[in-house]
Amino acid sequence: MTSSGDVARRSRASAAVSPARAILRGAALALLFVVLLIGVWEGAKALGGDPWRFRDASGAETIYRPPFKWDIASDLALPHVWKIWEALAAPVQRQQTQSLAEFLVGAAVHTGQEAALGFLFGGVFGLALAAVFVHSKLAERAFMPYIVASQTIPILALAPLIAFAFGNGLVGIVIVASYLTFFPVAIAQLRGLTSPDPRALELMRSCAASRWTIFWKVRMPASLPYLFAALKIAATASIVGAIVGEGNPGGSQFGLGRSILNFNEQYGSAPEKLWAAILASALLGLAFFLAIRIAELVVLRGRPGAGAG
Amino acid sequence: MAGRAPGPGDEAMSGTPENMADRDIKEVGGATTSVVTVSGVNKVFDTSGGRTNALEGIDLTINTGEFVSLIGPSGCGKSTLLRLIGDLTAPTSGTVTVNGKPARQARLDRDYGIVFQAPVLFDWRSVQANVALPLEVKGMSRRERDERVRAMLELVELRDFARHYPYQLSGGMQQRVSIARALALQPSILLMDEPFGALDEMTRERMNSEVQRIWQQTGTTVVFVTHSIPEAVFLSSRVVVMSPRPGRIVRVIDVDLPRPRTDDTRETARYFELITEVRETLRGRRAGERADGVASAERTMAEGAVG
Repeated sequence: MTSSGDVARRSRASAAVSPARAILRGAALALLFVVLLIGVWEGAKALGGDPWRFRDASGAETIYRPPFKWDIASDLALPHVWKIWEALAAPVQRQQTQSLAEFLVGAAVHTGQEAALGFLFGGVFGLALAAVFVHSKLAERAFMPYIVASQTIPILALAPLIAFAFGNGLVGIVIVASYLTFFPVAIAQLRGLTSPDPRALELMRSCAASRWTIFWKVRMPASLPYLFAALKIAATASIVGAIVGEGNPGGSQFGLGRSILNFNEQYGSAPEKLWAAILASALLGLAFFLAIRIAELVVLRGRPGAGAG
Repeated sequence: MAGRAPGPGDEAMSGTPENMADRDIKEVGGATTSVVTVSGVNKVFDTSGGRTNALEGIDLTINTGEFVSLIGPSGCGKSTLLRLIGDLTAPTSGTVTVNGKPARQARLDRDYGIVFQAPVLFDWRSVQANVALPLEVKGMSRRERDERVRAMLELVELRDFARHYPYQLSGGMQQRVSIARALALQPSILLMDEPFGALDEMTRERMNSEVQRIWQQTGTTVVFVTHSIPEAVFLSSRVVVMSPRPGRIVRVIDVDLPRPRTDDTRETARYFELITEVRETLRGRRAGERADGVASAERTMAEGAVG
């Protein structure tokens, strides 16, 4: 996210930037980034791609021959941007009226719903773990090693087991997504809840505040910047989880995970379809990320450095 | 409770000369009601380097309306003593009584206000919301809270900054907000742990005058930890001089400068005498000598004999 990174650095100087302006500026930079990416992409094709036909100004068909020949810029590895664009408009399969774009939007909505559920459950579970750990060093010592260990198991190995236990439907997929989501939330939130100055806690004790009051009035507000950093990681991780969950052997019939597997098999004949699916996944991730970012700008409005991140 | 922090509607802040005169009478006349009684207190810290006697055999009584400074070199346990009085740490042995009850009960009754070296303001809360925090904790109604916050901000002369956020204020202003917060619950004791240690000398002197004014207006008993001899002398009714390893009270020096003390006070002979007295006490203890002017040659010999 180069675009929002730039926004961050600039708005850190002027402590409170209005959310609307920050979003607008972010969007402009994002657009610039997309234009640059397409430029680099097609630039590589023009230098080292496969030759292609086009109509010149007079309408005559000519062949463009790039000066070099690079494997990574071949039509198989890196289809033309306009080929992907054409594929999006074309029917998803022969004899079908639905275009690839429509199909992918449907798949993205499906996957997005699973990811959102996983994000929600994983996020709540992560928050709960952090809330327990901040109040009980014993619980933290007892369970933290297992939580860390759980994340060292490759999700590809675990997903089939989860599918076995909970079935191939929604439940299994949501569990995989939550599994990738709860960890960053728990870790960052624990750090955030312990971030207040010890003297701030003493100050609260000096006016006889209960643990509960300290939690809601000091720890929780202090943790929010940490929480939002984690939620951004979790939001994108939840999509990866949902896609992996769908991709299980005999997994979901719908969604981006299934599309990616199907188009992977067709790659030799139609590489642009897989690229289109990748594009859809990236856009879905971006949408999730931006949703969190907007929530962050609104919730942390007025705080020093609120525009950051 | 007459001289305590002004309640809602008490807008003149009762900072009148009559009131200050009244306070002087109370001081000179020696109101003997004790707010804090520390008796036979020892505090031992178990650290990785072994056991440290942070405080040993501390006896101290602080009376209503007094301004008492704790001064001494680093490691003399002055902050620990302050924390013991505020029940932020427990003594290893001995007792701390505050307002006639154990320190813990006094804390639960919200008898304390506390100010640290850093302002420790919450950056997500505006100035007024920071001051309101202890009132929220107490469960005060919104209306009462607003009134009290307004009175407190007036007391520290920050009324125009109520809606600002801490990062928009200077260090001295931030510390004034934290004083307003500490006084919001109208505590009978204000504990201040080197509150101006992080400020520059000019701001510090101005804050000293501010604190004196606030103390005189509110009648709160103040326990004040400091490294600065001039600050201790300027502000205090009594200066408690401490020495390290183990932390002990060497001597308690009465400061008989008339109030209100002003910038002119800082230029009087008596002020300098008292500063010298505190300084000599701080040094004298190290040599195991009495505080009053011992010739330097003798002191050197004495130091040689001890060390």
